[in-house]
Amino acid sequence: MFDPRAIRKDFPILSRTVHGKPLVYLDNAATSQKPRQVVQALAECYESYNSNVHRGVHTLSMEATDRYEAARKKVAEFIHAPSDRQIIFTRNTTESINLVAHTWARERLGQGDEVLTTEMEHHSNLVPWQQVAAERGARLRFIPVTPEGTLDLSTLDSLLNERTRLVAAVHTSNVLGTINPIQELARRAHEAGALMLVDGAQSVPHMPVDVQALDCDFLAFSAHKMLGPTGIGVLYVKESVLEGMEPFLRGGEMVREVWYERATWNELPFRFEAGTPNFADAIALGAAVDYLNALGMDSVRQHEVEITRYALEAFRELEDVEVLGPRDGNLRGGLIAFSVSGAHPHDLGTFLDREGIALRTGHHCVMPLHRKLGLTASARASFYVYNVSEEVDTLVHGLKRALDYFTHAVRRAR
Amino acid sequence: MQLDELDDLYREVILDHYRRSRNPQHLADAEVQADGNNPFCGDEVALQVKLNGRGVIQAMGRQGKGCAISQASASMLTEVLQGKTLQEAERLGRAFRRMMQGEPLQAQEREALGPLEALEGVRKFPIRIKCALLAWSILEEGVESYRRRQG
Repeated sequence: MFDPRAIRKDFPILSRTVHGKPLVYLDNAATSQKPRQVVQALAECYESYNSNVHRGVHTLSMEATDRYEAARKKVAEFIHAPSDRQIIFTRNTTESINLVAHTWARERLGQGDEVLTTEMEHHSNLVPWQQVAAERGARLRFIPVTPEGTLDLSTLDSLLNERTRLVAAVHTSNVLGTINPIQELARRAHEAGALMLVDGAQSVPHMPVDVQALDCDFLAFSAHKMLGPTGIGVLYVKESVLEGMEPFLRGGEMVREVWYERATWNELPFRFEAGTPNFADAIALGAAVDYLNALGMDSVRQHEVEITRYALEAFRELEDVEVLGPRDGNLRGGLIAFSVSGAHPHDLGTFLDREGIALRTGHHCVMPLHRKLGLTASARASFYVYNVSEEVDTLVHGLKRALDYFTHAVRRAR
Repeated sequence: MQLDELDDLYREVILDHYRRSRNPQHLADAEVQADGNNPFCGDEVALQVKLNGRGVIQAMGRQGKGCAISQASASMLTEVLQGKTLQEAERLGRAFRRMMQGEPLQAQEREALGPLEALEGVRKFPIRIKCALLAWSILEEGVESYRRRQG
């Protein structure tokens, strides 16, 4: 039985106050809060078996290595990867995408080749491709966003061609909330002879994701958005693709044998993890995966669909609020970005902060899409497992007061 | 709700400038033309300064999009700088910056700031200080580039 009220008890931070009001944390798309179980896993690592992994023959090193590799296995199973050899630990989604840009893309992209991405990408799935495209003389193309906030797939016939080497798309948009049809994109990419990269930063934490069902070649995501610690991210790569990839960073741990002049590479996935890895945070990510598995990802998704629908319904009362992205709660992840006529997102953010409400305001690292929508910024409420409908009520009430404050009320002059 | 602190940030005069911006017309023939934004939040301001033959600010225009603080600050700036020389405008800009950084001001500096003094409450919200300074930074760049063109 999925019970957000019981879940909240695992998150000490949710009982704090902000400006004397109970915290209403609605900035989960930026980073999620951490349950005790994750914090404890991190503390336990440092207090009971901390030691460098894959090196020593002593007991602590073996314990740390076992836990680190167990975490890798948990992550592999969580996204239904065929093997844990396909899970590379990175710092975050951005580093995962950069790894692909600096290795696979640099080797495979030639003059006139094309990378196809979308108009709704986070800067992390756009700027790395700009750089590698400029360097290799390749061309960056974009699947347009429709006025409803979905991808215009009718353009694929003309956009995909024999020069397309990669399709790179976000799974769930962090602004529009749109869940993109990755399965179909991957099928079309493969028909054109291209590979498929998925930015799963906003999908893996919130719904069941199966890399085999999606048939993507790369999937990138971050631990800190899925109840895990900061500083650890994941790159999944299909094994056939990974075998042919050159290492990204070079040094210790990623080698098999080293001479003064040359070196040979370690087996997968270790050849992509140079230097001492962030094993403590990877182990804590394992604890976050355990936590999500215990809740059940189908239930997590169902909860978010319900609270998002509830919020979309409540937002209808607010005349001056315009919700970005699809109206149908089934088509979107658990986040709602909106613009307000008469009040700027930053002013709303400051006002609502005084009510204890944490919202994201700004361009959310998606400047080109905001520009296309004619906005410089928006406000965003994003939900997770511990959010309850009363918090949506608090938000709506706060928004009404903020609108009144900035647009209607005439206060005494001071 | 701690409306008092909020009211310190959003003084009535600030909200008034935000709701009814002064000098919104674009002055195409102005000597100083400058625009810029705050990439962190996307706030935008464009400023034009029309000088008379003696180098005195005769008219200003300003356009932009953004939060109440950045837009009100820009609107007030156009009002306060009327009739001043570019040098006086720069001196006022420095005084405004010092006020936002919490440094003491002389009585005559405070007087010269006029309605801009209302923005002092922004200091309690450090992340918003940049919003208040945006128009001034843009003006400084515009004046600098105007002087370079003049040699």
